[in-house]
Amino acid sequence: MAEVQYVGAYCQYPGNPTPSINDLNLEIKDGEFMVLVGPSGSGKSTALRMLAGLEPVSDGEILINGTDVSQMAPKDRDIAMVFQSYALYPHMSVGENMGFALKLAGVSKAERQAKVAEAARLLNLEDYLERKPKALSGGQRQRVAMGRAIVRSPAVFLMDEPLSNLDAKLRVETRSNIASLQARLGTTTLYVTHDQVEAMTMGHRVAVLKEGGWLQQADTPRNLYDRPANAFVAGFIGSPAMNLRTVPLVEGGARLGNIVLPLSPEVMAAAQRENLSEVILGVRPESFMASKEANLTKDNAATGLKIEVVLVEELGAYAFVYGRLPDDAPDAKHYVARFDGRVPPRIGDTVTVDVHTGEEHAFHPETEERLG
Amino acid sequence: MTTVMTPTGGAPAAPDPDAVVTRPKAASRVRKGLNNPFASVLAIVIGVLWTIPTMGLLVQSFRGKEGQDTKGWWTFSDLTFGNYDRVLSGNGSILKNVINSVVIVIPAALIPIAIASMAAYALVWIDFKGRDWLYVGIFALQVVPLQVAVVPLLRFVVQGMHIGNVTIIPPTGLAGTVGAIWLAHSCFALPLAIFLMHNFMSEIPRDLLEAARIDGASHGQIFRMIMLPLLRPALAAFGIFQFLWVWNDLFVGLVMSGGDPNISPITVSINNLQNSTSGAGGELLPAAAFVSIIIPLIVFISLQRFFVRGLLAGSVKG
Repeated sequence: MAEVQYVGAYCQYPGNPTPSINDLNLEIKDGEFMVLVGPSGSGKSTALRMLAGLEPVSDGEILINGTDVSQMAPKDRDIAMVFQSYALYPHMSVGENMGFALKLAGVSKAERQAKVAEAARLLNLEDYLERKPKALSGGQRQRVAMGRAIVRSPAVFLMDEPLSNLDAKLRVETRSNIASLQARLGTTTLYVTHDQVEAMTMGHRVAVLKEGGWLQQADTPRNLYDRPANAFVAGFIGSPAMNLRTVPLVEGGARLGNIVLPLSPEVMAAAQRENLSEVILGVRPESFMASKEANLTKDNAATGLKIEVVLVEELGAYAFVYGRLPDDAPDAKHYVARFDGRVPPRIGDTVTVDVHTGEEHAFHPETEERLG
Repeated sequence: MTTVMTPTGGAPAAPDPDAVVTRPKAASRVRKGLNNPFASVLAIVIGVLWTIPTMGLLVQSFRGKEGQDTKGWWTFSDLTFGNYDRVLSGNGSILKNVINSVVIVIPAALIPIAIASMAAYALVWIDFKGRDWLYVGIFALQVVPLQVAVVPLLRFVVQGMHIGNVTIIPPTGLAGTVGAIWLAHSCFALPLAIFLMHNFMSEIPRDLLEAARIDGASHGQIFRMIMLPLLRPALAAFGIFQFLWVWNDLFVGLVMSGGDPNISPITVSINNLQNSTSGAGGELLPAAAFVSIIIPLIVFISLQRFFVRGLLAGSVKG
């Protein structure tokens, strides 16, 4: 049971002009499953390793239960870590791997065995305790790595992309296993991934980092999706990415292609305050629907956006249509709209779509901060 | 593996599936080639050819001086156990020196292994200033020829180190003991030993060390409980080489023992069997050589199972 706080934490390697982590302020509540997500080079693993004590905290503090641990050795921090590579000791059996930390801590053999057996039961590893890691499958190794962390009942679990070496199917299964295990144990967890699906499905809250080690937003998955704090988060969360485009403001909304998309009064007011003539308008592909089957009333849909289809990706349930809006430059980034998978348009068609209003996002064109 | 370029101007090579050879492919090709029956026959022929001189030596060791001097070994004439009798028993027995050699060789192999593995651990895993330069410096010491360094080392052992009249290090007191021989062999072995251990140790994934640190292990515990078990093949390999090198060494043993028969290794005593001016006693050399082979042979056969690879398999993603 523990709370973790990063207070203005920096990580700068000697000889590197810019820090890998900049002014990180993040609070992880007791029992919370916090996911760190970001593109490669965003320092998400570095942030985790700073908490583990494997990377230096060059400025600021990291608190576990109010105690500054930033200069402590890893073993004094009461943490356990699951590595991406699992890092199992190859010369020890599964049971020895899991009990190694307890052995170092001087726990008696009987108690050690009891705890290892308990963890093994939790992870379905009881039949493998005598085996060496090389005689295990990838999924089993992953569970041993989890077990090694669980056995210690630490204050905080740290997981560094623990699923990235599993195949896609096993990953989905293990994902839910880890989430339910964490819920059962109630241990504060910091989890690093580059996979936003993992982040959205597992995390109670998700912290999004940007290249250069800047924290963008830490919020619930729902809020990240519905109210991204800036254009970076908006573009990062969601797949395919949100359509982001700088568009002029006109009477009653923003001009998008051949239509005027009405913006909420708050956004208009915010834009007015900032004296903006244009905004970055973000619309998710799933906010579109084909006009002919739209049975929405005109109140919550802007109708008649024309898209010239350039590429169609069929995924079975859905089809994603990549296309150009009217007056688009030929090299403009394609606009993406989601269609029902059974009636996808053909390449070269011009389709007309409606936009769910109230689902659009507007950002400041220079600061990229959210408006309204 | 690099791509094979066809020389410009020549006829274009036919599309060759082997032109771009990836590493695993090349390895499997070698393995396949070695399983080929012709390769096996060739290997056997080479093995037999290489064994013939040893075979000759073995036969000679059972022949009297008369036979050795007048007829070739393949005549199998004049067979006797007399040589072995003279080598193993009586006043000139070399058995005592076999014991000396064992006493010399075991510490002379263990001391550099212990020091080198600890030094390599520090050089690979502990970040300190000047680490790389220190490693390069140690590696560079290999260029110092043993023959150049052994006499200064002997002086150091006997006299200690002085600058002018100031004593930096007093005489060690090891002069005339096997300790001097251990010291010499250890010193000369360390550069290569540290180099080998360093290379092997840096192959161990860093994650293992970090996992152990998080599990609460100190450097000493990581070294003892994680690194040493994983280093076993390297320790055994180096141990065998060092064992054989020390066992077969004449020069260092002769210089550092000062020729004292009570501490000198078997090589020195074999050398003494033959009178250096008259050449008398030369007929004993084949028998003595066979006596000296026995222990290295036992060591090699019993330790060769440690030459297993793949001890690391399964530690990180498979």
